[in-house]
Amino acid sequence: MLHTLTVLVENSPGVLARVAGLFSRRGYNIDSLAVGRTEDPEVSRMTIVVDGDDRVLEQVTKQLHKLVDVIKINDITADEYVDRELVLIKVNADHSQRVEVIQICDVFRARIVDMGRKTLTLECTGNHGKINALEETLRPYGIKELVRTGKIAMVRGTKNTGYQDIGTKEEN
Amino acid sequence: MQKTGAQILVDSLLAEGVDTIFGYPGGVVLPIYDVLYDSELRHILTRHEQGAAHAADGYARASGKPGVCLATSGPGATNLVTGIANAYMDSVPMVAITGQVATPLLGRDSFQEADITGITLPITKHNFLVKDPKDIARTVREAFYIATSGRPGPVLIDMPKDVSAGMTEHLDPGPVQLPGYRFNKEPNPEQVARAVRAIEESERPVIYAGGGVVSGGAHGELLELAEMLLMPVATTMMGLGGFPGNHPLSVGMLGMHGSKYANYAISECDLLIGVGVRFDDRVTSKLEEFAPGATIMHIDIDPAEIGKNMGVDIPVVGEVRLALRQIIDRLKPRVASQWRDKITVWKKEHPLNFEENGHIKPQEVVREICNVTQSNARITTEVGQHQMFTAQYYTFTKPRTFISSGGLGTMGFGFPAAIGVQVACPDETVIDIAGDGSIQMNIQELATAVNYNLPVKIAIVNNGFLGMVRQWQELFYNRRYSYTELDNPDFVKLAEAYGAVGIRVNKKSELRSALEAALAVNKPVVLDIPVEREENVYPMVAPGEPIHKMLG
Repeated sequence: MLHTLTVLVENSPGVLARVAGLFSRRGYNIDSLAVGRTEDPEVSRMTIVVDGDDRVLEQVTKQLHKLVDVIKINDITADEYVDRELVLIKVNADHSQRVEVIQICDVFRARIVDMGRKTLTLECTGNHGKINALEETLRPYGIKELVRTGKIAMVRGTKNTGYQDIGTKEEN
Repeated sequence: MQKTGAQILVDSLLAEGVDTIFGYPGGVVLPIYDVLYDSELRHILTRHEQGAAHAADGYARASGKPGVCLATSGPGATNLVTGIANAYMDSVPMVAITGQVATPLLGRDSFQEADITGITLPITKHNFLVKDPKDIARTVREAFYIATSGRPGPVLIDMPKDVSAGMTEHLDPGPVQLPGYRFNKEPNPEQVARAVRAIEESERPVIYAGGGVVSGGAHGELLELAEMLLMPVATTMMGLGGFPGNHPLSVGMLGMHGSKYANYAISECDLLIGVGVRFDDRVTSKLEEFAPGATIMHIDIDPAEIGKNMGVDIPVVGEVRLALRQIIDRLKPRVASQWRDKITVWKKEHPLNFEENGHIKPQEVVREICNVTQSNARITTEVGQHQMFTAQYYTFTKPRTFISSGGLGTMGFGFPAAIGVQVACPDETVIDIAGDGSIQMNIQELATAVNYNLPVKIAIVNNGFLGMVRQWQELFYNRRYSYTELDNPDFVKLAEAYGAVGIRVNKKSELRSALEAALAVNKPVVLDIPVEREENVYPMVAPGEPIHKMLG
């Protein structure tokens, strides 16, 4: 089963290598990983999607906790949360197809961000399923190039998985 | 006052209570060695960086204080790697300091550049690349804190030459602030209560004690708990000395080369109390049949060990000493006498033994060393048959007296480790029980022992083979002895060439007097003891078998 972990880490050099190295050497599978800084410039937040059963997840969490640069881990899989991926797709769209592609774009609330003589470049955000659906819908036209980010996620409502409540040092 | 980074480094080490470091100079550590030239910090010059790492490791295991080693960049740093990995696997507190090329040269494949923080990522508890002299004092403090607290382990500090040569103000870094680093000292009271209930309800309890008892200083509590309920205690190799081997409740070592009665006790117990252990494959063999009918209790400082290899029913996470103390304080004494009688019978029926003949048997060498020293020595070993014979036939009664490479299984560990042990315990007898293969992996350290007059004794159990590999070839590869027979140098002459004493034991009758003669000399001594060539270590659990099915 896929689990979504949000991991707060010290924004120090090598921290990504430490986390990624831990996953590879212990044989855990990363489905996706997104990282960037948070409201505190000293702290980065990783959103890691991991494939594994409860036992694997328990080990992943405990081993991650042993990394000195890892400040806090939340497994938000069971929570209500908002998650987004971003995709850029360059798709074939000559004169005969352009209208159709633009209609698909509207349906998915994607935006056209660039235009070539025979291609359109779209930008779309959404959850994993929506991005997959857009990709599948556009595939018959011929996708020239595609790039997508890993998933980022945030728990809904007032519950905070950020840096502010670090004083409690709760381990999830 | 302005100081160089190197001066701040050395002053910070002294502030952490370091008295001795083991190292080897080189280009980018010149600023550090210039400070060491007239520093009160004692530096032991080894002959290979691996020797320095193992010596620091041995020093730490014997003293309980963190060991410190120092090497230059590139090859110096990579030569430390085996020693760091060894300390990591056995949870030994160590701080390794490496020089690095100057910061403007980093990442350019400069002369003697190696990405040692990258290389040691999976084998250190944490590591640092210091890029500013201002960060040195804080980094050293953090490194020692991380290395020695919680589950101990090695920490590496990589220091570029311009950082150690640079000038800055030496400010006290203050208390350590590491928001991402924490560990449970105190066990959860509910976990403790569950543990107490399980012990009180069990009829056939066994304690399975490991290296965590030794490093956590919990030997007193372990003895108290065992005696309170007259529970048998099996130790892992790393746990030897954590419980007195001559105690009636001791069933010795368990696992692949453990005693039959220890493995039987584990296999038939209804409660297994793991204390400072990690359910290593050399202990459990076939996991599904390890303590199959038992409730599994696991007491450890490292929460990640709970459930890593073995499903655990009752986890107790915290310092083992505190956890045992809290369990003892709540426990009502009660004795499972039927169980104790059963174990006594197993002990009588399946003792550790070997057949004696005209040749010197390796087991006899170990037994004689135990007799001559009256269990009052610090014993190190290399890795292989001699190591297992030592674990089986030397009676360890005190913690930190058996110093051996457990997790990594590093041949060449024992002798440099013995040097570190002798530095930590200058007035004690230190003996490296070695194989003829292993000893040649760090034999150059004879120069170090002679140089500093460290009277380490090396007993080479010499069978002219890589004995353990040969044993496996005999048992599982149809006696095809592929590259395991060794043509050895004359170890006596070799010892003499280094300025040490060399003694060859030619006959069985000379064994005891030779050992006594070696112990009487206040110099490093090499004893070359030719033994029965194809002796096997038994009992033995074949790979993949449950531990109660033993050969021999």
